[in-house]
Amino acid sequence: MSSLKELIIQKLKDKFGSVNFEFSEFRDELTVLFDKKNVVEVCRFLKDDNELQFKLCEDVTAIDWARSKNRFTVVYHIYSIKNGFRLALKADVDESGCSIDSVSSVWKTANWEERETYDMYGIIFNNHPDLRRMYMPEEFEYYPLRKDFPLMGIPGSIPLPKK
Amino acid sequence: MEKITKDDVHPKIVEALLRDTNITVEDALENEMILNMGPQHPATHGVLRLLLRLDGESVVACVPELGYLHRGYEKLAENMSFYEFIPHTDRLDYLAPMANNVAWALAVEKLIGIEAPPRAQYIRMMISELARIASHLVAIGSFAMDIGALTVFLWTLREREKILDIWDILCGARFTNSFTRIGGIANDAQPEAIAKAKWFIDQYEENLDECERLLNSNRIFIERLEGVGVISGEDAVELGLTGPSLRGSGVEFDLRRSKPYLFYNDMDFKVVTYPEGDSLARYFVRADETRESIKIIRQVLEKMPLGDILLNQPKKVLPKKTEIYSKMEELIHDFMIVNFGVNPPVGDIYSAVENPKGELGFYIVSKGEGHPWKCKIRSPSFVNLQSIPHLIKGRMISDVVAIVGSLDPVMGEADK
Amino acid sequence: MGLEAKLTQDGIITSTIDAVVEWSRKNSVWPMPMGISCCAIEMMAAGDPKYDIARFGSEVMRFTPRQCDLMIVAGTVTYKMAHVVKKIYDQMPDPKWVIAMGACTSSGGIYRSYNVVQGIDQFLPVDVYLAGCPPRPDNLLNALMQIQEKIGRTKAREFRNKKLPDPTVLQNN
Repeated sequence: MSSLKELIIQKLKDKFGSVNFEFSEFRDELTVLFDKKNVVEVCRFLKDDNELQFKLCEDVTAIDWARSKNRFTVVYHIYSIKNGFRLALKADVDESGCSIDSVSSVWKTANWEERETYDMYGIIFNNHPDLRRMYMPEEFEYYPLRKDFPLMGIPGSIPLPKK
Repeated sequence: MEKITKDDVHPKIVEALLRDTNITVEDALENEMILNMGPQHPATHGVLRLLLRLDGESVVACVPELGYLHRGYEKLAENMSFYEFIPHTDRLDYLAPMANNVAWALAVEKLIGIEAPPRAQYIRMMISELARIASHLVAIGSFAMDIGALTVFLWTLREREKILDIWDILCGARFTNSFTRIGGIANDAQPEAIAKAKWFIDQYEENLDECERLLNSNRIFIERLEGVGVISGEDAVELGLTGPSLRGSGVEFDLRRSKPYLFYNDMDFKVVTYPEGDSLARYFVRADETRESIKIIRQVLEKMPLGDILLNQPKKVLPKKTEIYSKMEELIHDFMIVNFGVNPPVGDIYSAVENPKGELGFYIVSKGEGHPWKCKIRSPSFVNLQSIPHLIKGRMISDVVAIVGSLDPVMGEADK
Repeated sequence: MGLEAKLTQDGIITSTIDAVVEWSRKNSVWPMPMGISCCAIEMMAAGDPKYDIARFGSEVMRFTPRQCDLMIVAGTVTYKMAHVVKKIYDQMPDPKWVIAMGACTSSGGIYRSYNVVQGIDQFLPVDVYLAGCPPRPDNLLNALMQIQEKIGRTKAREFRNKKLPDPTVLQNN
């Protein structure tokens, strides 16, 4: 497996010379961190490459670090059925320009996963075909999984039927 | 099912439903109709709302709406320690609760960097496979009931009651039993439980054959399901399907083979695939997978070693109750772990297992505290439901029920 | 029961109308299963051959509210689902009773979070609360027997001049 990790690192460095990658390993899993404006190109390269073939997108989610600079990090987990290898991609998103390009043109799975991330964190995905809320009702004004939203909710934010 | 107008449906959903057309909602009553298969419906396997746009009897577009069972699991996980979250994982896929417990225990053990002793791992394999059989039995039973074969439902539930009796003897609860612990399992398997498991697997195959004899050569069953909801292998991977729905389209992908966990690489079993990709193939995959699970349980019962069931590492694993009440160090360790939590190293992991419905993954981010900083649950039913609009296009209303039943979603998981 | 003994004698039984109506109503309760999550599985298990619910008279579990007397709310009720539950409760004809099955419906259960209603008695009148997570099927049968006793004590005249709820516009044509 370590040869596959080195192969991926080498290929990414060769193809995207201008992009600044940061590679890290924890518990035998490889993570790649890069700038958010290259997301679609890197994902498309990883999917279409003949040796790598990362065809299955397992998960798209975000982390709220609750700090002032680069508050969110969007995380993608992708899997290659041919090689049996899983890779994690990360991109930082700042709170002021809270948007990132959508990868639903690369994998269709990302459609609903990005809608869920938008519903829970408020990160807008550009060029998404259908960005609506997933779980909370459409009139809900807050984003539940942000660290400043209380666990019990804000009373009166969702109406209850009368007895 | 009731007719709705634009006051009942949010405008954004109507817009998504009526894309690619210049028909407005008022005109829709003349040519096409919007039908609401609402959250309360006998055949939607839980609270799933489907908005269908119909042209006569055939479906032109479909928009599913989720969120009727959103209980806020991810926010709850950020506020409680790793041990306190174990009962919550039971209620995710509530048809196979033991499998979710095993998934969470494996994820946290991977984060901390410990491994359960061998006997505990064999017992975890046995209960995972029993959970797989229980879940597939309900899936087959309610699927057949939706098509119209009511007797099969009662027969499969009768088999499932025997499995629930085994779990009752093992840990005291029939259902939503939080049996695994971080570092092992709660208590050892009693001799009655093992004997009952042996008796169950010996008599299971004939009862399954009895149920299948009612269905497999039944002309009504086959004609209602053959060619309904076809999806090819590449489309299935593109849409993110996993589990029996993916293996029913010919793609041989099983996490027990590709990324083995517990002792699955010592077991001899077949990964069942069928190439056709329609609802009938998905039903056959489920029925045959239960047979493979019986094989695995038989091998587990032969190979199970004797030994501890809980790892002996006092800083991370809760010590035994008898020692807590009598010895000093165990009391201190128990106090520290319960109040401050197991403190894993800083980092994040993703760990996935093969659940009966698909791939269940936990992505845990830890900042070194006793509770996770973030916990994302990658639930298989959520991603499987995304393929419903693709499968339904062009079929009739009665096929909608068959297709939703063949994908087998569980809303407790899909809505988290 | 004594009924067959009376029938072979003269063929006349004396009783009050109330008693006959109550006896027939309480032994043929048709439940409407509002099955939402895990408790719904135990409700299904109450209908399987081991814990037969049909021997108590609940032969059919109709999913349409127009034909039922008893609504068993089984599963966690969220704010979004509460409107649907209330709508279906309003569609049931009188007399009707409600069983709150499980911990989640009685008081919110183990979910103290932003989207879960902490007890359905905030918007529905509940007759029997059932504890358990999930309650065993025998427990559900016990609750059913309690409802049967409660029906046995209810007189028919209590439902005659009951105030109707404000009509909500369900569908406009």
